[in-house]
Amino acid sequence: MNSLQTFFAMGGYAMYVWPAYALFFTVLIADTIAPGVRRRRVLRELRTRLARQSMRQNRPTPAPPSP
Amino acid sequence: MSSWIPLWLHKLGSPPTFYRFAGSLRPWAMALALLLGAVGLYGGLVLAPADYQQGDAYRIIFIHVPSAEMSMFIYAAMGAAAFIALVWRIKLAEVVAMESAPIGAAFTFITLVTGSLWGKPMWGTWWTWDARLTSELVLLFLYLGVIGLYHAFEDRRQGARAAAFLAIIGIINVPIVHFSVNWWNTLHQGSTVNIFGKSKMSWDMLWPLLTMMLATKFYYVASLFNRVRTDLLALEGGKDWVRKIAADEARS
Repeated sequence: MNSLQTFFAMGGYAMYVWPAYALFFTVLIADTIAPGVRRRRVLRELRTRLARQSMRQNRPTPAPPSP
Repeated sequence: MSSWIPLWLHKLGSPPTFYRFAGSLRPWAMALALLLGAVGLYGGLVLAPADYQQGDAYRIIFIHVPSAEMSMFIYAAMGAAAFIALVWRIKLAEVVAMESAPIGAAFTFITLVTGSLWGKPMWGTWWTWDARLTSELVLLFLYLGVIGLYHAFEDRRQGARAAAFLAIIGIINVPIVHFSVNWWNTLHQGSTVNIFGKSKMSWDMLWPLLTMMLATKFYYVASLFNRVRTDLLALEGGKDWVRKIAADEARS
């Protein structure tokens, strides 16, 4: 058995050691990605709101009813 | 605000200033976390010898113990920020407290699952209702309670104050988790790392563990800054500085 195989075998405890490390990295990567996704959503919603506001302001005011 | 607080700290509390400050520090914190993490894991998984009793299974320690320590460290940080938020009504402190909770919950979850994966081959069971494991599970529920309470309110600042109150009450659980192995009989082993005395571990196992504990601290800073920045944008959506960022990012 070469040294890389020995390393991955973890002395017979591979089925406990590697899932633990996989979970550690999966959770932390998800924790790092989540705020970026939320950030894009927040800014997109803000732009939509601002665009709607400026549309409302630029609309010409209706002419007063003629007598 | 009292006059004894230096001006720069005062300014740092303002959302746009902190947004820029956190944005410039975050890459450095993340780089340090990755570098220290790589060094620590190389030391732990490759260089350190196998344990004479536990064989290679003990190598889970290099993520389990740093995560467990972070689950308590982040709770203490969250509690301190929650206290500042309740007493001085500083918006930034509210955000720091509320955005610490998901990171703390993540580390607590990692602690419980990696502990379970370590417990099965060593103790012969995935789970036991002893003091250390149960109090750590309570810690997870406290984090989830803080997150849930924060989102249960229509008004976010009102939610943050309610959740901050729960966070402060929950601090009582942190020493219980820490001292549980001394106060009660338990399957869980006692502390291996001792800051003030001699650690019960040989140096070639200890230095990777300490490096990982430092790496997770920097990770917390990086993740917190990332989250706080996003939350400030959401909270201050009506302000000019956020509108400018929204407009700038649409152009790029």
